[in-house]
Amino acid sequence: MSDIVLKTENLTKRYGGVHALESANFELRKGEHVAIMGDNGAGKSTFVRQITAVEQRTSGKIWFDGKEVNFTGPIAAREAGIETVFQNLALADDLDVPSNLFLGREKVLFNLGPFSILDRRAMRKATEAALVRTAVKIPNLSNTIRHMSGGQRQCVAIARTATFASKLIIMDEPTAALGVQETAQVENIIRTLKENGEPLILISHNMRQVFDLCDRIVVFRRGRIVANLRKENTDGQDIVSYITGAKTGEAELAA
Amino acid sequence: MAQTSHGVGGVSYDAKKRTWPAEFNVFLALVILVVIFELIGRIFLGDSFLFNTRSDVAGIFNEARLQIIILQVSIVGIIAIGVTQVIITGGIDLSSGSIVGATAMIAMSFAQVATVNGNPNPKAMFLAQGWTDLPVIVPVLVAIGCGLLAGLVNGALIAYTRIPPFIATLGMMVTARGIAKWWSKGQPISFPTDSFAAIGKGLMPVIIFLSLAVLFQLIMSYTRYGKHCYAIGSNEDAARMSGIKIANHKILVYVIAGILAALAAVVLSSKNLTAQAGMGVMYELDAIAMAVIGGVSLSGGRGSIIGTVIGALIFGVIISGFTFLRLDAYYQEMVKGVIIVGAVVLDQWRQRMRALRA
Repeated sequence: MSDIVLKTENLTKRYGGVHALESANFELRKGEHVAIMGDNGAGKSTFVRQITAVEQRTSGKIWFDGKEVNFTGPIAAREAGIETVFQNLALADDLDVPSNLFLGREKVLFNLGPFSILDRRAMRKATEAALVRTAVKIPNLSNTIRHMSGGQRQCVAIARTATFASKLIIMDEPTAALGVQETAQVENIIRTLKENGEPLILISHNMRQVFDLCDRIVVFRRGRIVANLRKENTDGQDIVSYITGAKTGEAELAA
Repeated sequence: MAQTSHGVGGVSYDAKKRTWPAEFNVFLALVILVVIFELIGRIFLGDSFLFNTRSDVAGIFNEARLQIIILQVSIVGIIAIGVTQVIITGGIDLSSGSIVGATAMIAMSFAQVATVNGNPNPKAMFLAQGWTDLPVIVPVLVAIGCGLLAGLVNGALIAYTRIPPFIATLGMMVTARGIAKWWSKGQPISFPTDSFAAIGKGLMPVIIFLSLAVLFQLIMSYTRYGKHCYAIGSNEDAARMSGIKIANHKILVYVIAGILAALAAVVLSSKNLTAQAGMGVMYELDAIAMAVIGGVSLSGGRGSIIGTVIGALIFGVIISGFTFLRLDAYYQEMVKGVIIVGAVVLDQWRQRMRALRA
């Protein structure tokens, strides 16, 4: 039990009459990378939004880091150690890399409330360390994010999650809008996270990527978890059958 | 020659390709403008715009002209410091001119002397209460209170009712002007104490303007408040997701803008030794223009106080230049309008060019 980072029990979300998520039971262990797959509208993002408390769940329980949790909002979830890389990047275009990494939790020299003096040198150093740890390549830290490529921006967003010793990283289609080379760069960062033993939930439509990067694949269909498979025990064909509904019934992990 | 520097993760880049600060372009525009006036003056008037041509006055430069250039923009410049912060945060403040009017009236009535030429001061509203010959701190604090209140209303409206800043501050613009007229009852107030009159004497407005500019430039560059201004103006959703308290921050920004407008009112009424309800009309637009000319982007996220100060100087040079060329004051207004629109067009064009290059 102690090596379980995240657990949900009968997690349910309804929007009026729409059952977006039905009784989702999910577990994530330390150091594990789990992929969430499924068609559009299958409940993947809804599931993530309940965990990160962007929305409040209808019913069900969530345990995180050994405790039952009821986050009041995404900021509370983040403070507890759940970092999310959103589909629409949460970056400020006109700020440089360190400012974006530390946005909302700046290091300060003197605490004077809103007029606290920033510790720019410490933030720059920590940024460099985080970028090196995640093997992100950025030419000039002092440049604003505005003129960076989609891949570089995504890398900065991911490096942000790695800066704050998070206990769980969730990525919602991090490579959906990226080119081949940029996708490879982001995937390399995810591999680095794996080596560092940081648990990850990856939402993706990319079968190759999922088999490359993750240990386990969870398939959502019509708001339910229909498959939960180790990647050794399955293949792309099998997963597609679950996604499309050709195969039904909950496929449990072969113990 | 390409000068390479090393970035993170083994990437090297051409250090020369770093975009230079936008303030540099604005400064260049200022220099070009001065050169144009100098050339026109030399060729057509046989007089110098910038340099001292009189043998009876010492110095290389025409110091009187330099003083006028900066003195005439100092008071609006103080407002522009606040407006710059508002625009960087992605807002706009149309109420500052009216806040100047209302604050000048109210503060001036707390800065009255008891007797004028041996007779009781006819303008002293609070003569009966004995609130005359008060120390200078009283009218100044009253003014700051007025600015704070106006900014608080602006900020709270924008943060909590989510109405566009344009509308909220337009409402304050009309309301504050009404307050100014109601307080004045159609009469100017004009017998300030000596200590109050000292605030705007001589080059004091310039000193106050530049000190405030330095203070707020430091705040914008080195504090959490400044960083959050840029973050909110650049991507409000990202700022919210990052845990920045948007509502509190916006209120603070408008409060600071209100207080700066109030300080401008103190300096202005002290300099003129009088306050009237019509004071500060159109100041809000001049202040916005200074910021925009100084490279502050109306779409938020970009600009600086230094830029606005240079923008204010450009403003001053144009006004002085027109006087120097003996052109009618009407032309000044027309040209001002053209420059404001031109600066915004330039900003849009600059953004497009940058997007193309990236």
